[in-house]
Amino acid sequence: MKELVFVCMFLYLCACSTSQAAVLEADRADVLYHSYDGGGMKIDGPAVLLRKKATESFALSAYYYVDTISSASVDVLSTASPYTEERHEIQLGIEYLHNKTVMAFSVRQSDEDDYLAKSLNFNVSHDTFGDLTNLSLGFAFSDNDIKRNGDVLFQEQSQQFRIRAGINQILTKNLSINLDFEGVADEGYLNNPYRTVRYLDASIPSGVGYQSEVYPNTRNSFTTKLSASYYLPYRAAIFLHYRYFTDSWQIDASDIELSYRHPIAKSVELEFKIRYYQQTQASFYSDLFSHQDAQNFMARDKELSDFDDLTIGFGVTYLIPPKYSISDWRSEVSLQWDHITFNYNNFRDPTAEGGVGEEPLYGFSADVIRAFVSVYF
Amino acid sequence: MKAKYRLAVLIFTGGLLNLSGCAQLSIEPWVKPYERQNLADPIMQTNRHPIANMHVAHVYEARESSRGSEGTGGGGCGCN
Repeated sequence: MKELVFVCMFLYLCACSTSQAAVLEADRADVLYHSYDGGGMKIDGPAVLLRKKATESFALSAYYYVDTISSASVDVLSTASPYTEERHEIQLGIEYLHNKTVMAFSVRQSDEDDYLAKSLNFNVSHDTFGDLTNLSLGFAFSDNDIKRNGDVLFQEQSQQFRIRAGINQILTKNLSINLDFEGVADEGYLNNPYRTVRYLDASIPSGVGYQSEVYPNTRNSFTTKLSASYYLPYRAAIFLHYRYFTDSWQIDASDIELSYRHPIAKSVELEFKIRYYQQTQASFYSDLFSHQDAQNFMARDKELSDFDDLTIGFGVTYLIPPKYSISDWRSEVSLQWDHITFNYNNFRDPTAEGGVGEEPLYGFSADVIRAFVSVYF
Repeated sequence: MKAKYRLAVLIFTGGLLNLSGCAQLSIEPWVKPYERQNLADPIMQTNRHPIANMHVAHVYEARESSRGSEGTGGGGCGCN
């Protein structure tokens, strides 16, 4: 019903607007190498993004992404052995432009040994009010098959539904703001099949026992994000984002990000970023349960605990001079580095000394690197 | 949760109605097309590097509980 209201409103606005053609985004190709190193995990791999207009009204896009994962994280070390795996993701999309409306449809598949996700994604956006306002709506559906390596009998499924809406408004000749909403509903097997909770057990020498996590079979969340982009008088840009998240597992989270982009001469762009994120824990999370089967739902996944993280990022983009570009296509090379520090407020490091439940709180930092080449043709 | 969701839907729908009303009441767009060169400058594009933004969203979604409104049009992490 709510979705119908959005669609009706959108169609009404489409009908109200005067027609003046918009344009699709420029053709481009990006090739990226990414790396994540922190908390005992090393992940890296390539990614490729290609988009090309078939006509002035149609554009096609393709995205391919690989994660090569080597994990010896604290979760793994406490109850299992380090492992390696690969994840491959592919997305194919099509965009159609009609007057001031852009419709985009994409399919996506993410495949790893123990997880197969297939998604459909539809977005529509429309310029109105003298092109000062852009309205957007989106829907997505994912179907996931979950397996557990080493257990051929284990097979679970989950589904995810997403609905999003947004409005972008130009306020002055230097300032635009964006307000986005997104609701996400999950159902099915939402656990990580490898993760365990720990509980006090006086009957064994270590004093601590482990059992599988048990999550609810549904999760509903709602996100609101407010963004602002401001053009500074000396040709630089400043961006501010604030996002608030709440879900049916009683997790409340918010993040705020400030970034600054500064060109130097005609060929270099610098970017600085700082981001802070914090969340409360899920209602069924505990670092140490009092006994086995202590609750109907139990989790000790640190991503569901009370924690915060801080990102400091730096990026540089170099615009390659035309004489070195292929066919005079505009080309750029970019390098981005993020340093993220995670601080957990009720997740203890079980591999550390200190006695059960008295270990030091866990924390780690990670370095994330992206190096990529962009060509506009 | 439901109450918050309904409130958000109401605010958004009200906003759309208001905008539509503005258009019909012939309130003129106050920033003319020829005044938008600053906003059209490539350095103002939030999605200036889409492939990098997709990776950033994936890094956070895999490690934080928050999801949605990443701005990349994605459909979830697809991982465990």
